[in-house]
Amino acid sequence: MYHFGQVDLFQRNLKLDLSCYVMALTKLLTQHKDAILQRWLNLIADTYPTEASAFLKGKDRFSNPVGYTISQEINALYEELLQGRVDSDKTAASLDNIIRIRAIQDFSPQEAVSFVFLLKKAMLEELGSEIEKEQSFREWLDFEPGIDKLASIAFDKYVECREKICELRVKEVKADKEIAVKLLNLVGGANMEHGEVME
Amino acid sequence: MSDEVAAPEELLEIDYRPPKKGWMEPTVEFKKGTYCYGAPLKHQEYLGLPNPRQWQPPDEDWQLPENWKDIILEGMDELLNKYRSFRLFMDICVRCGACADKCHFFIGSGDPKNMPVLRAELIRSVYRKHFTLPGKLFGKMGGARELTEDVLKEWFYYFYQCTECRRCSVYCPYGIDTCEITMMGRELLNLVGCNIGWIVEPASNCFRTGNHLGVPPHAFKDTLDFAVDEIEELTGIKVEASVNRKGAELLFITPSADYFASPHWYTLMGYMHSADMAKKLNAKMYAEAKRLGVKWILGGECGHMWRVVNQYMDTLNGPADYLEEPVSPITGTKFENSKSTKMVHICEFTADLMYNNKLRLDPSLNDHWRLTFHDSCNTARGMGLIEEPRYIINNVCNNFYEMPENTIKERTFCCGSGAGIGSDENLEMRLRGGLPRANAVKHVQEKHGVNLLTCICAIDRATLPTLLQYWVPGVEVSGLHELVGNALVMKGQKDRTTDMRGTPFEVEES
Amino acid sequence: MTAVLFFFGVILPYIAVLIFIVGIIYRVWKWARSPVPFRIPTTCGQQKTLPWIKANNLENPSNTVGVIGRMALEVLLFRSLLRNTTTELKQGVRKLVYKDSLLLWLGALLFHWSLLIILLRHSKFFLEPVPSFLLLFERWDGILQVSVPSWFPSMFPILFISNIIILLALTYLLLRRVLTSQIRYISLPADYLVVLLILGVVTSGILMKFFFKVDVVGVKTLALGVITFQPSVPADGIGLFFYIHLFLICALIAYFPFSKLMHMPGIFLSPTRNLANTNRISRHVNPWDKPVKVHTYEEWEDEFRDVMKDAGVPLEKEQ
Repeated sequence: MYHFGQVDLFQRNLKLDLSCYVMALTKLLTQHKDAILQRWLNLIADTYPTEASAFLKGKDRFSNPVGYTISQEINALYEELLQGRVDSDKTAASLDNIIRIRAIQDFSPQEAVSFVFLLKKAMLEELGSEIEKEQSFREWLDFEPGIDKLASIAFDKYVECREKICELRVKEVKADKEIAVKLLNLVGGANMEHGEVME
Repeated sequence: MSDEVAAPEELLEIDYRPPKKGWMEPTVEFKKGTYCYGAPLKHQEYLGLPNPRQWQPPDEDWQLPENWKDIILEGMDELLNKYRSFRLFMDICVRCGACADKCHFFIGSGDPKNMPVLRAELIRSVYRKHFTLPGKLFGKMGGARELTEDVLKEWFYYFYQCTECRRCSVYCPYGIDTCEITMMGRELLNLVGCNIGWIVEPASNCFRTGNHLGVPPHAFKDTLDFAVDEIEELTGIKVEASVNRKGAELLFITPSADYFASPHWYTLMGYMHSADMAKKLNAKMYAEAKRLGVKWILGGECGHMWRVVNQYMDTLNGPADYLEEPVSPITGTKFENSKSTKMVHICEFTADLMYNNKLRLDPSLNDHWRLTFHDSCNTARGMGLIEEPRYIINNVCNNFYEMPENTIKERTFCCGSGAGIGSDENLEMRLRGGLPRANAVKHVQEKHGVNLLTCICAIDRATLPTLLQYWVPGVEVSGLHELVGNALVMKGQKDRTTDMRGTPFEVEES
Repeated sequence: MTAVLFFFGVILPYIAVLIFIVGIIYRVWKWARSPVPFRIPTTCGQQKTLPWIKANNLENPSNTVGVIGRMALEVLLFRSLLRNTTTELKQGVRKLVYKDSLLLWLGALLFHWSLLIILLRHSKFFLEPVPSFLLLFERWDGILQVSVPSWFPSMFPILFISNIIILLALTYLLLRRVLTSQIRYISLPADYLVVLLILGVVTSGILMKFFFKVDVVGVKTLALGVITFQPSVPADGIGLFFYIHLFLICALIAYFPFSKLMHMPGIFLSPTRNLANTNRISRHVNPWDKPVKVHTYEEWEDEFRDVMKDAGVPLEKEQ
């Protein structure tokens, strides 16, 4: 659900420096929010195997965490985008939550990140000719880089997640040996020749 | 996909959907991070496993023995005749789909072949082809397919993506237990020498030294002494830990990942990929109890060990008539539910102590923890140990919050790393499988500020920290009896300023 | 013509029933022949343990009564399918959220129960005189008297509740298979075959009852003849739809032992459900148990004796 108050405030602020036609697209995007988000979710779900995608469209938080997270977070992202706050902490957190999941699933890096671009597709599909109208189109040109920015933040997040995985892997290997090393030191002090600890 | 960077508009045109193919076409890609390494030759040989060779899953040529197909089919025939569960579960599935979205690997990965029903169909289709009339007559239309090398690879991929947690069997209207099917699948793979290092190596080490790392006995004694010193330092009390002492009342057996352990250290590796192997390793527990002349056995916090103790041990290596029916030496309580196996779970033991007010406890010593409890699959679904740990928790701490109902108790989500696939090379797969569990933890973290996940399984304690560091940073993992240790007020102890981890208590509490 | 009718009315049913009985016995015998080496119930509740902890004997039985109770819940009420409810906090209100799986439970339960009722109703064709409880039963099932519009033929008497329910339930089960991509993916041709076959039986039965009247007395004569092994086919014929109905039934029961329909006897043998969780109380014996080579303590001590001695660990043999 969109909050009238916020958007009105946003529109009033914009009036100061932008001409009135700027509102056309924003208005459209706000009006069609639910439909666009539904399309976006479906497009993302479709990046999974067909048989799983229907399941992912479900939204139960515990029996379907992937579907739940994606639907929650794209909602938040959309809000932020409409408010023009692409760089906010909230955006980063939302992207992080989605990417954290996609980073460990069977996706190549670009596949993992490109779900952001699917928003464009969802918008174009939903609004279609409306955007092509001259007023909206010019505004679209201003709006679009926001989505690209989201994608680049998503890429940062992806790399962060992958680094985290590597770090965890190293940590685990170390932890596995930690006890052994402790023992080795203990034993080694007394009689090193028996220090056959690890195979 | 091309090497050039595609413009965003072009990206939009790409259809990520996999080609529409039925599940009968085997497709497996061994991507790094999603499979376990093959077993080292040396350990395969030490255990006398069939067809030993140096081998890795992504290899094009798996160097299978010439007659591998016959070996598998003969093996299958034998297993069908040995296990009613296997034969029955091959026949009675109606594919209703109730299990489909219950598997943590399916939920986390979205890979349709991780639906329990399909995991079983991978082997069922071959069963139909070779053991049933409709399968022989109608082939693919009858749901049957030929056993090929690709099918075998698929088996390997997906049977090592099942943690044998039995969650699906809770929801199945006929109680079909994928764990049984996975066990059979792995046993068949083992017949042609397809094993994973993370199972074979610890099994081999256990066989030889009694613990999975291959730590020799003298080093173990040293660790124990070290632990005793640590406790003295923390609490001012010198506890007595006896190793290999004859005539002791109890034999305490604990997972070898706990280097904080008591008399003799003989672990059972509950890796059930082979009943024979389980028997070989498990035999040590009773043999030791007999040799040391103890009265009964107290089992530590370990999930797999307890699945085996509760459902397999007495059958495999019993009857333990040289032991006595367990009676708590402190409270005099008879543990009637273990009168044949003669092994008591430490949670049962401790809960009994607490119920009889034999422990002086100060739950405020755990006030720095806000905790939730993770039921291990094996103790929940293979035993029904549900209320005992909760009783203990409520006695030793003040801030306990349950995760949502459909993620705990008999419906608990697996940690995603059990049944031999908790290896580091398989990390991504484990992170996928652990997502549902971590997600529920995240919920209580957001809602109640939970910062500790307590559990009673060694594999959980080994692998959940990694899982939580990725999914829910800020939540730590502990064993249940660490909390008991924290809250325990012992006679003559010095003022404790730190908990068992050496972390200082918050100022207002100390 | 009589020969054809005799084939479809007598020979075919005999063959089908023979296959049905022999087939089921063979399959069950095959299952029963494989032993249950380990006691592996899936425990779905608190175990029997310390006396002051309340055990859940229905979800985690510790005695035969519990097992019977658990099986009864499973067979009569499909307990496991009902497990899928989730509690969710919605705006501070705790409420139970039911999912698709509740529909599955309901659909399956309604289907199986109405099938049972219909089977019982049909037994009146094989019994003479018809036991009074069957008549009572029939009246109860037909309690929903459809107020027949006057323009309908008067032969449209009672619409049995079970007929409506079984049609709805089967349609749901079929649609679910076709429409849910997940279920479609796991479905085999045999799964559709079974639903369609039963749907065919039900539809032909309903059509025969309400639209294409057949000679009920003839049906009963045939049925009684077949069951007393003195078969005779009524000479003036019974009606085409009766033979279609009968043929589909024959196909269904002859197919039964080869199909997944074997889940009916199978559930009673399921080791994760029909065993008590008494593993630690009484020993379960594995019939094919055989000794394996174990690594004994003596071998272990032999390997590590020196170092153990150095570390001061007590030894069995000093040298």
